[in-house]
Amino acid sequence: MITLDNVSKYYGDFKVVSGCSATISKGEVVVVCGPSGSGKSTLIKTINALEPIQEGRIVVDGIQVTDRSTNLPRLRSRVGMVFQHFELFPHLSIADNLVLAQVKVLGRSKDDAHTRGMKYLDRVGLKAHAGKFPGQLSGGQQQRVAIARALAMDPICMLFDEPTSALDPEMVNEVLDVMVELAREGMTMICVTHEMGFARKVAHRVVFMDQGSIVEDRSKEDFFGGGGNHSERSRQFLSKILSH
Amino acid sequence: MAYEFDFSSVTPAAIKVLGDGMLVSLKITAVAIVFGMVWGTLLAMMRLSRQRPLRWFAAGYVNLFRSVPLVMVLLWFFLIVPQLLQKLFGLSPANDLRMTSALVAFALFEAAYYAEIIRAGINSVSRGQLAAAYALGLNYPQAMGMIILPQAFRNMVPLLLTQGIVLFQDTSLVYVSALADFFGRAYSIGERNGRIIELLFVAGSVYFIICFSMSLMVKRYRKKVAT
Repeated sequence: MITLDNVSKYYGDFKVVSGCSATISKGEVVVVCGPSGSGKSTLIKTINALEPIQEGRIVVDGIQVTDRSTNLPRLRSRVGMVFQHFELFPHLSIADNLVLAQVKVLGRSKDDAHTRGMKYLDRVGLKAHAGKFPGQLSGGQQQRVAIARALAMDPICMLFDEPTSALDPEMVNEVLDVMVELAREGMTMICVTHEMGFARKVAHRVVFMDQGSIVEDRSKEDFFGGGGNHSERSRQFLSKILSH
Repeated sequence: MAYEFDFSSVTPAAIKVLGDGMLVSLKITAVAIVFGMVWGTLLAMMRLSRQRPLRWFAAGYVNLFRSVPLVMVLLWFFLIVPQLLQKLFGLSPANDLRMTSALVAFALFEAAYYAEIIRAGINSVSRGQLAAAYALGLNYPQAMGMIILPQAFRNMVPLLLTQGIVLFQDTSLVYVSALADFFGRAYSIGERNGRIIELLFVAGSVYFIICFSMSLMVKRYRKKVAT
């Protein structure tokens, strides 16, 4: 469903993403990890063209992302994205955060959008907070709202860009629980995260990146199975994040 | 011998005349704020645009207007705009276009200042907000109009209001075109009665009271937002 073919991106002369290729099928959950600055966030942002690329090809659900004639807003409306810093719109109520894009982008009626929004808000356990503003919620609650906001658009897949790394430790699990549930329902997901517990629980595949390149792309069993064929770089990385 | 103040020329009739002048001042202020902000917002967006010609145009515009005295701009417009309008629309020279040219001059001049305030406001909204708006499928005008600008304006309310207070004071400069605003009328009443000092004192007090109470309100708003 999502194909990355030899994707490269430069900031000036600096190659942030270097010749990355991967295929993600429908219903698959892929966890992308790697040291900071390895280009993981940039790579997943190329999938909905938030980061333009200079080389390579990206196809999402049969649509060429890199084609100049592609209607990017339309494509993006079908790809849900959750950000590290939530990015709820602080001047709008929670309900309006959920409704806005449904009405303006998908052309749903306000009532319809509200009903759907409330359904997803209920799913993440925050229906009682619909009238509040983002600033009145905790980080974990805001991130759950952000997930609901993305889901309300009925996306064909979801991209998560370090969804828990800006959260206080005690709020990480409430967000991961929502993500696990989503994965078990069969949502196609690409998650940049260091939460290896989450990866073990629901990922099908783990991609390890370093210095802009995909160093490893293997099944979860293979990745965590302790097989001796890890690259030196990923072994170092894993020993650092798994030792505690 | 000490100067003896004599306020007897401030009669009810004079106050009525001054009141009419105040309406002129307020009208210029209001029009300049509205058009200055609209045009200033467009300029700010051009200055932040990826299109180099737009960026250059906006930067040139802002720098030009911010580098010349307002009085000079007013005089230019007072001398040029009426002739231009008369040529363009075939108006008779008898039409009084002083008000129009003053409004145009103020709006264009203030836009340069508003553009800088609004540009700072747009930059104060985190880049992630635009990314989030795009990720939901909003296009640039929607993202700007519904997500970025409302937050930019909210962050900039105190500065925008302060600029409005400065603008209100600056409207007194229309006296160069003999337009009868509050200040101009106060001056001419004073001149007629040989009591310029008293009338300037009255006018100054009115300006002070209005502007100072406005800036107190801005201060209170700032405090309210901060807590």
